[in-house]
Amino acid sequence: MDATTPMFPSAYDLKAPAGAEGWEDLYPYYLKFQPALRETEDQKFWFCDSQHWPNPFKPFDTMTVEFAVKCLGQYNTRHYLVPPANGVDYRIHNGYVYMSPIGVAPENIEARIPQFMERAGHYFQNWPTLLENWHKKVKANIDEMEAIEFEKLPDVVPLEWVKDGVGLDNTTALTENYDRMIQLIYRTWQYHFEFLNLGYAAYLDFFGFMKEQFPTIPDQAIAKMVQGHDSDLFRPDDELKKLARLAVELDVADALKDGSVQDALAAVNASDNGAKWIAAWEAAKDPWFNYTTGNGFYSTDKYWNENLDIPLGYLRDYIVRVQAGETIERPMAALHAERDRIASEYQEMMSPEAAEAFQGKLGLARTVYPYVEDHNFYIEHWSMGVFWKKMRALSKLLHEEGFWPTEDGMFYLDRNEVRDVIFDYGNAWATGGDWAGPNYWPAEIERRKGIIDALATQAPQPALNNPPEVITEPFTIMLWGITSDSIKNWIGGDDDSDDMVGMAASPGAVEGIARVIRSPDKLNEIQQGEILVAPVTAPSWAPVFGKIQATVTDIGGMMSHAAIVCREYGLPAVTGTGSASTRIKTGDRIRVDGNTGKVTILS
Amino acid sequence: MSAFTLPFDKIGTKDHARVGGKCASLGEMTQAGVVVPTGFAVTTDAYLAMLDGTGLRKEIEAQLASTKFDDVLSLERSAQAIQIRFRSHKLPAAVEAAIRDDYAAMGDDLPVAVRSSATAEDLPDASFAGQQDTYLWVVGADTVIEHVRDCWASLFTARAMKYRHDHDLGQIDVLMSVAVQKMVNAQTAGVAMTLDPLTGDRTRIVIDASYGLGELVVSGIVTPDNFTVEKILMEVIDRKISQKHVELVPDVAAKTTVEREVTADRRNEQCLTDAQVIAVAQLAKALERQNKCPQDVEWAFDADMPEGENLVALQSRPETVWSQKPAEPTKTSFSTGMMGMVGALNNPVGSKK
Repeated sequence: MDATTPMFPSAYDLKAPAGAEGWEDLYPYYLKFQPALRETEDQKFWFCDSQHWPNPFKPFDTMTVEFAVKCLGQYNTRHYLVPPANGVDYRIHNGYVYMSPIGVAPENIEARIPQFMERAGHYFQNWPTLLENWHKKVKANIDEMEAIEFEKLPDVVPLEWVKDGVGLDNTTALTENYDRMIQLIYRTWQYHFEFLNLGYAAYLDFFGFMKEQFPTIPDQAIAKMVQGHDSDLFRPDDELKKLARLAVELDVADALKDGSVQDALAAVNASDNGAKWIAAWEAAKDPWFNYTTGNGFYSTDKYWNENLDIPLGYLRDYIVRVQAGETIERPMAALHAERDRIASEYQEMMSPEAAEAFQGKLGLARTVYPYVEDHNFYIEHWSMGVFWKKMRALSKLLHEEGFWPTEDGMFYLDRNEVRDVIFDYGNAWATGGDWAGPNYWPAEIERRKGIIDALATQAPQPALNNPPEVITEPFTIMLWGITSDSIKNWIGGDDDSDDMVGMAASPGAVEGIARVIRSPDKLNEIQQGEILVAPVTAPSWAPVFGKIQATVTDIGGMMSHAAIVCREYGLPAVTGTGSASTRIKTGDRIRVDGNTGKVTILS
Repeated sequence: MSAFTLPFDKIGTKDHARVGGKCASLGEMTQAGVVVPTGFAVTTDAYLAMLDGTGLRKEIEAQLASTKFDDVLSLERSAQAIQIRFRSHKLPAAVEAAIRDDYAAMGDDLPVAVRSSATAEDLPDASFAGQQDTYLWVVGADTVIEHVRDCWASLFTARAMKYRHDHDLGQIDVLMSVAVQKMVNAQTAGVAMTLDPLTGDRTRIVIDASYGLGELVVSGIVTPDNFTVEKILMEVIDRKISQKHVELVPDVAAKTTVEREVTADRRNEQCLTDAQVIAVAQLAKALERQNKCPQDVEWAFDADMPEGENLVALQSRPETVWSQKPAEPTKTSFSTGMMGMVGALNNPVGSKK
């Protein structure tokens, strides 16, 4: 490679796949590489965030990346003034999102330090009380979203409204409720990052200290010292395990075994202790079944409470294992003891001064780290679950009114177009004329659907343009696992070799049969003892972690959800291989070494 | 119970004076739950019984009285005379009976190593200890007894006598215990260091392993498989599998070991399973904890013992190279609190090379 050839292509040279022409119209202007800005945009290094957004965006769903990345940025740039790091710039190209961290000019870093210390320092010093308040704020948002209902416009305004002199019609609530939903989820995403960046900062400090003390210490060993184990993120899975055991104890396991969800629950209800089990099931649902099989970023995400067959399927597996005398519960006492053993054995090798600093940094990391795991349940699972549920209800309502031919039509519109549709709906209702939408949207949605399907046929580029000499942006390293080394892996990808290298994300080494899973719908195909290979995984895949031996993902760093869950479940994991899910085929015999980050196709 | 012999698993701290350094360390390892090849110590009481129950002590004293320690020839003559005196006496009947009983208890004509175990803890170790004898592949009670006597006699080589003389140690006051220990029928064997010998990194255990007995690994005749284990997580983090062309195996009939070619199918295979690598690492780590300093451990998997329980420690010594280096001066200070965090953000570790 010569100096004039960039390591990765320019966005401006990346053509859309056939059938995706005109994709640009699907996304707002500020999300695209503007032709006029080629010179400046090509100067920046962009990496594809397919860890969080592996599939091309439907227009409505771009909201998730917009809110998430905007809110991430605001805390670095405007709340805490993280000395070296502003936010992350992002663009959508050919349906995928590319990110480019914005650093702070070296000469401006110094001045931000005192501000950072005061602002972030306040959070670290008051972590528990501020976090308690966070939970209240997030829960209040959830409650408000839950309370919002979208109702079809009636033939006439209710008589009472007339008599009470309300002076408003039914479109008012519809419009306001829609806007309110968007505002609430926007607030929720701000809360998401209120603590997260600080959590990563404290972890990074601890991480750097450990690397300095023990240059060869595996990243996973550092992660293991702070991990929480009793995180709310794993509660849904734990609840299923409890329900499985209770079903066996109450002798309702057989009633649950077969048939649809409805049949099974009816059969339980009809049995002697059935009411008791049903009560436990209902209690577990709220809130723990607000749990997605995806990652919360797509309108297509399936949440347990709307798809009870998913948790019931896992529950049935657990019942079989309980009946076989297996211990399905995680050995919490042993996990805690192990975490403390690891910390104390490293500490034994330190000088007294280092040991003291270690205690301080470990203490802070352990205080803040639970948030890094827990928030995911409250935001991506619970809050987003309620949000999508309400948005799907609105889409269904408008579908029933004839605006689009399928229940999910609305998601092919961006969030501002939906406002237009709601106005159209109320407008013609008011004038007594005809809605324009039903004549416009079906064909337009069909066109857009074709574009998005075409975009999905082409995988994203791992990155665009030239990477900087060294990656120094702390959150890029932490969240996305992007370092100068990992970038080398992306281009070093020799497709003919049987070896792949990723991040050694969770320790252990095993050999076994691969099962490539591209969608959570296919999770039930996994057989006992297989190795899960996937572009990305979600925490809610946890129930299959009892069946599998190891996990390999294309995307993700040390703190990716796959890595966290694997460490939690004691399974080897290699993340961020770049291409494992396309190079490995289901049925291949592979070796996964979570200690070295190496994955080998054996046969 | 006879005071003349003591099985390794019965050796307590109070017995150390009677069993010598080598047996004491085998006893300590056994007490700590470390599996060592089975065996017993012939105690210093047995040695004293030999000296005093046979008239040997007087014969030695008489010989010593006429020895000119500065005259090489005189010293050599004395040494040979004393050794001949040792061999001219049978062991006291009770001592012999005790050895026969304990040897029989180990199995039917089991091949053993007979090694001296000097009570020389107050003496500068190796130079002295190395002057006593070791007999390998010893089979049969009569031969064992003969070699126990040879070990005792080896206290009186010219060099050992000169050493004691030069260091003002009584010639007859240094007592000798003897270890009788099962010969290991090693499938695989090697060395484990509880630090990385190249870097001194104490978070690692580095293991060399090859087929057969460990001598070829120690002497560098084969290039062993090399494993690096992370000491805290106990995970294999690096491995280099080598071509292991030759192995040292017992030839029981010839009462010796022979070098033979490793069959082609095994030559390039990883000689230990990962589980075995971890077992060796656990053993080395336990010995490091027990001895409170980095260790250099010789180990073997014994084909005569049941799978899964057949890892034995042969020897554990303090690691000497890195342990004796002065500790690197630690970083002058660690930024803690918010300043630490600012430092970490400004220089995130992943950005360093």
